Order: sequence, then C-alpha cells, then structure tokens
Amino acid sequence: MSVDSVFVHKMWDDHELSKMVKGGIPFPMLSDGGGKVGSVFGVYLEDAGVEARGRFIIDPDGIIQGFEVLTPPVGRNVMESIRQIQAFQHVRKTKGAEATPSGWKPGKLTLKPGPDLVGKVWEVWKTKMAFDD
Amino acid sequence: MAEEIKAGCARPTGGPVGEKPKAKKETPQEPIIQEGKSMVTVGKKAPDFAAPAYHKGKFINVNLSDYLGKWVVLCFYPGDFTFV
Repeated sequence: MSVDSVFVHKMWDDHELSKMVKGGIPFPMLSDGGGKVGSVFGVYLEDAGVEARGRFIIDPDGIIQGFEVLTPPVGRNVMESIRQIQAFQHVRKTKGAEATPSGWKPGKLTLKPGPDLVGKVWEVWKTKMAFDD
Repeated sequence: MAEEIKAGCARPTGGPVGEKPKAKKETPQEPIIQEGKSMVTVGKKAPDFAAPAYHKGKFINVNLSDYLGKWVVLCFYPGDFTFV
C-alpha cells in the first residue's frame, strides 16, 4: 500500500516489477491516496506526504501480532518476516503452550513456559541457538 | 470477495471502515499532542479499511476484513518506483 493511484501501480507492475517477478506482483497493490489508512496505522509521514516502510503481521482473527517500521532508504528483510509468521503460527498451533526463543526457526527448540522453567532456561537453551548455524 | 471497480477519471480512494475517527473539536486550547499517535498496538485488532487496488490486470476494491481467517502481511512503502 502506498499513496500512489492504482493507475501508477499498474504502470510500475507492467514496466518494472513484472521484469523482476514472473507474471507480475501476485498480491493486490493497494492505493491510499491522502494517507488515510497509513495515518490510522501510524506510518503516514505528513511532511513528506508518503508512507514509511511499515510491515504488519495480522493473524486470522484480525489481530496485529507484530509490526516493523523503517524510514524510506532501508529495505526490509523478507526472510525475517517469514520467520516471524512461522513462529506466530507455531505459537497459535500450540494454543500458547509453547514459546519461541530468540532466533527460532521451524525445527529448533521451543520452550514451554511454566513454574519448572523459571530460572532454568540457561540449562536448556544456549545463546548460540539464537544464531544461524 | 473483492469486487471489480471501473476505471474512471476520478481517482478512487478508500479509508478506514467502521468506527469513525472522533470528530476533531475546534477547541483551540486543546493540546496538539494528537499528532503521531498511532492507533495500532500488538495484540489488538487491526483497524479495518477499504482501499482500491490493482491486482493482476484488474482494478478491485479490497477490505482488510475480506482476509479474516488468513494470515495477512500488510506492507506500506513510500511510493512506486522508489528503488528499494
């Protein structure tokens, strides 16, 4: 979503994005003229009249589980967004019984918060597990 | 789910859906701290909105609530052709 019109979205997809992504952008490119939606989400930059690079993860119940907002010159990390969605999906699947420690990816150790784990995380989880192998 | 819209000369726009933002009162004494106050918080409902969109050769109308039951990544960006 940006403040551009749907016509400009079409031109961008036709003339540039479709040369990077086969078949063009597969998801809807939303238009927010005037930044009305961006204002509600807190990402509309009034002075510049544009929206910051805001990314919101919204679950199937419509609840915002996470967001990240960057100023315009720095691009995002798609893999990190996917990792976060996988982690939120795992937590949802376990109905909150499991939590995903720092750097968690599918297949890595999860933690089951509870009285027995208090002060014992260091026994089961090592800081090197926060990083990729 | 998403109805197609006709492309006319008027530029289609959308906006928040549901509760109307509180009408601003014209009381000059009110502090102007409202600015930059985001209405979104993790763990809270994402505000619903309607927005025109371009999707695979068509102009359509999209409501965030169309996607209830699915995981959604909503991305804002400064503008088309903005390099990164």
